[in-house]
Amino acid sequence: MIANIGLAALWFAAGLALLQFLAGAQGLTAKGGVLAALVRPVAIMQGALIGLSFIVLVVLFWITDLSVLLVAKNSHSAKPLIYKLAGTWGNHEGSMLLWATVMGLAGAFVAWIERRLPERTVLATLAAQAFVSLGFYAFLLFASNPFTRLDPVPAEGMGLNPLLQDPGLAFHPPTLYIGYVGLSVAFSFAVGALLTREVGPAFARAMRPWVLASWIFLTIGITAGSYWAYYELGWGGWWFWDPVENASLMPWLAATALLHSVSVLAARDALRTWTIMLGVVAFSMSMLGTFLVRSGILTSVHAFAVDPTRGAFILVLLALYIGGALCLFAIRANTINEGKQFTVASREGALVFNNVMLSGILGIVLIGTLYPLLAETMGDKVSVGPPYFNSVGAVFTIPMLIVLAVGPMLRWRRDSFTRIRPVMVLPALVAFGAAVICAVAGVALLPLLGVALGMGLAFASLLPLHGRKLRTVKLPVWGMVIAHFGIAVALFGMASDAAFTKERLVAAKPGDTVAVGPWQVTFQTIAPVAGPNWTAMEATLQARYSGGSAKELHPQARTFWAPVQETNESALATRWNGQLYAVLGDQGEDGRWQLRLWWKPFVTLIWYGGLLIALGGFLAMLGRLASDLRRVVAKDKIAYRRMRQGR
Amino acid sequence: MSAPETPRGGGGNWAVWLPALLFAGFLAVVAYNLSNPAERVVRSALIGKPLPEFALQAAVPGQPGLARADMADGKVRLLNIFASWCVPCAVEAPQLAQLKAAGVDVVGVAIRDRPDELQAFLARHGNPFTRIGADNVSKIQFSLGSSGVPESFVIDGKGVIRYQHIGEIRPEHVPLLLRQIEEAGQ
Repeated sequence: MIANIGLAALWFAAGLALLQFLAGAQGLTAKGGVLAALVRPVAIMQGALIGLSFIVLVVLFWITDLSVLLVAKNSHSAKPLIYKLAGTWGNHEGSMLLWATVMGLAGAFVAWIERRLPERTVLATLAAQAFVSLGFYAFLLFASNPFTRLDPVPAEGMGLNPLLQDPGLAFHPPTLYIGYVGLSVAFSFAVGALLTREVGPAFARAMRPWVLASWIFLTIGITAGSYWAYYELGWGGWWFWDPVENASLMPWLAATALLHSVSVLAARDALRTWTIMLGVVAFSMSMLGTFLVRSGILTSVHAFAVDPTRGAFILVLLALYIGGALCLFAIRANTINEGKQFTVASREGALVFNNVMLSGILGIVLIGTLYPLLAETMGDKVSVGPPYFNSVGAVFTIPMLIVLAVGPMLRWRRDSFTRIRPVMVLPALVAFGAAVICAVAGVALLPLLGVALGMGLAFASLLPLHGRKLRTVKLPVWGMVIAHFGIAVALFGMASDAAFTKERLVAAKPGDTVAVGPWQVTFQTIAPVAGPNWTAMEATLQARYSGGSAKELHPQARTFWAPVQETNESALATRWNGQLYAVLGDQGEDGRWQLRLWWKPFVTLIWYGGLLIALGGFLAMLGRLASDLRRVVAKDKIAYRRMRQGR
Repeated sequence: MSAPETPRGGGGNWAVWLPALLFAGFLAVVAYNLSNPAERVVRSALIGKPLPEFALQAAVPGQPGLARADMADGKVRLLNIFASWCVPCAVEAPQLAQLKAAGVDVVGVAIRDRPDELQAFLARHGNPFTRIGADNVSKIQFSLGSSGVPESFVIDGKGVIRYQHIGEIRPEHVPLLLRQIEEAGQ
C-alpha cells in the first residue's frame, strides 16, 4: 500500500517534469508564453512529489516491507536500524531515486529563491533541469523501479553487502550524490545561459552558491569515502585509483576549476565561455562517473551494482545530455563575448593557469579510467594503476601547487611577480629546507616533493592574511586561506604516508611481541565474538608507543551470515602524529595468526586536510550568501526610496 | 580551452566543436563495448602445460586417491577442485552430476578437508567423482595456479591442461565445458 503511494508520487513527479520542460520551452519562444508563469510552481510541486517518493522508500526500508522487491533483496529484519535506513540508497534503484530527488529538490529551490536573474534565463535553466530530470525519471520508471512488488512475500530479506554495513555507508554515498547532482544546477544554468546568451557577473553570482555547495559535499564525500576505504577494506591504503573513486574525483576536479573560474566571472566579468564550458563538463563528469559505476563496463573493487542493460539506458541519456550540451556550446560559443582582458601576471592569470592544470589532471584521470575500455576495444586487457596516475598527474599537480602558493598574492587584472617576490621567500625557503632534509633521509622523489610543497604551501597559503587586521578579513578570504591551507595539510599527510610508513606482516601466536616503527605490539589473546548478524575471531593487541602506556586494539576477522561473506575489520590506534593500523588475517597450519601492522606517520592529516578544504568552502559560501543578501536588501531600500520620492 | 587574450571573431572557430567530437568518440567506443560484451573469462597461463607431478592420498575411505600418473592414460577428464566447507561447491554439484551423466570422468581434489565432513558433503550433494585426492595443504591447488575453490580443469589424455574454469560451474557453463572436453579428446 505505502509502496503504491511512492510509485504514484514518482509518476506524478515525472509528469510535472514534462510539464515544466514544455512550459519553460514555450516561455522561451519569441512570443513569450502564457505557460511561463507555470514553470516555477510546477518545479516546486515536482520537488515536493519526488521528495515524498523518496521518503516513502525510506519508510519501506524502515519497516522492512518485504513485499517490495528492493527491500527483500537488500534488507533483513535482523539488521540494525541505521543500516536498514542506509539500505535505502545502498543499492542501485534507491541511489537512482536519491539522484532524481536531489535534482528535483534543487530545481524547486532555484524556482523558489532565484529572483536576481532575468526571467528568461531562469525559465531556460528550469526547463533544462526538468529535461535532465525527465531522463532519470524514465530510467527509474522503466529500468530501475524501486517500488516493484514481490508476490508471494518472502519470509526474510537477503541482507546487505556486509562490506557496506558500516557507519561510513550511512553518509558517504548520499553526500557524494548531493555533490554530483548539485552540479546539475550549474549545468542547467550553463545551458540556460547558452540559450539566452546572458552570461555575466549576475549569472556567475547566481551559479556560484550551487557550485560551492556541490563542491563542499563532494569534498566531504571523497574525504569520507577515502577514510572508509582505508579502515574498512583493510589494505592500509587510502586511495586506489579505482574507477569508482575516479568517478568521484573527476567531478570534484571540474567543480574545483569551475569554482575558481566562476569567481573570476563574478569579480571581473572575464572567462565567460570557459566558465560555461566547465559548468557543462562538471555535471557531465558526474553523469559519466555514474554511468561507469552502474554499467559495470569497467571492472572495479566497488562493483556493487552491475548491469549492462541499465548501462545502455544511461548511455543514451549521456548522449542526449552531454552530447546535446556540448553541441549547443559549439553552436553558441562564438556568439558569446569572452569578456574583459587581463595580463598573465594577475590574479586572473594565476586562476587561468590553475584551471588549465586542473583540467590537465582531469584529462589524465579520465584517460587513465577510460583507457582499459579503449584497449579492450582493440582486443587488449589492461588495467591502469597508481604508477601512471601518480607520476603523470604530478606533471600537472606540481606546477599547480606552486601557482596556488603565489596566485592569491597577486592583484586582479595587472600585477608583477617582482612585487610579491619578497613575501614568497619564506615559503620557498621552508620548502627547500624540507626537500633537503627528505633528500638526506633518502625519501623517494615524489613523496619528497610532496613533503616540501606541502610545507611551503602551508606557509604560503596563510600569506593573504599577512599584514591585515584579522577581524576585518572577509569570510570568502578566510575560506580561501583555510581551503588552501587544507590542501597543504592533506598533501603533507599523503606524502608522509608514502615516505615514512613502516609495515610488518608476521605470523604470531598469543604472547608474541612485534615491533613496527616506534610501536611495540603484544598479541595477547584471540577469542570468538558475535555481533547482530556476524561472528568473528577477535584479537586483543596491546600497543605501546615508545614504551608509553598501552592501548588496546581489537582487529577482527568477521564472518557475516546473510549473505555469507568474510571481512577484515581493522583496528586503529590514533596519535597526533599518525596511526597504528592492525589487521587480523587467517590462522596458519601451525596455529599462528597472520598479523599485518602498519605505522603511518601523519596519515590522518589527509582527511583533516580534506575537512579543512570543505570548511573553507563553507565559509566562502556563507560569506557570499551574506553579501548577496545585503545586496538584495540594499536594492530593496533604493527601490523603496525611489518609490517614496516618486510619490 | 580558449586563451582569454584572443579576441573573438564572429567566424567559425572549429575548436569549440572539439569537446563534442571527443565525446562522440567516447560514445562510439562505449557503445561498441556495450554491444559486444567481452568474454569475462580469465585465460589461464597453464593451458597447454602438462599437469605438475603429484600423488594424493585418498580423501575418503573406499575411493582411490589421485596422482598425476592416473591422468595420462589417454582419457579426457575433468579435474574438480572443491571442498566440503565451500558453499559454491554445493551450488555446482548438480552440474557436476549432469557432466557425469554425459559420460565425463570427473576426478576431485578436496582442499583442506576432513574425511567425515567430506563424506557428509558427498552424501548430501551427490558424488560424481571416480577418484578424490586429499590436498590438505593446498599444495596441488597452488601448483595448478588455482586461487580458490571451486575450480575445474579439463585434462586431456596426455595429462595436459586444456581448459581452466574459475568459480562454480553454473547450468549455462555445462555446454561450454562439454565442448572443451570434446575438443580435448580430438
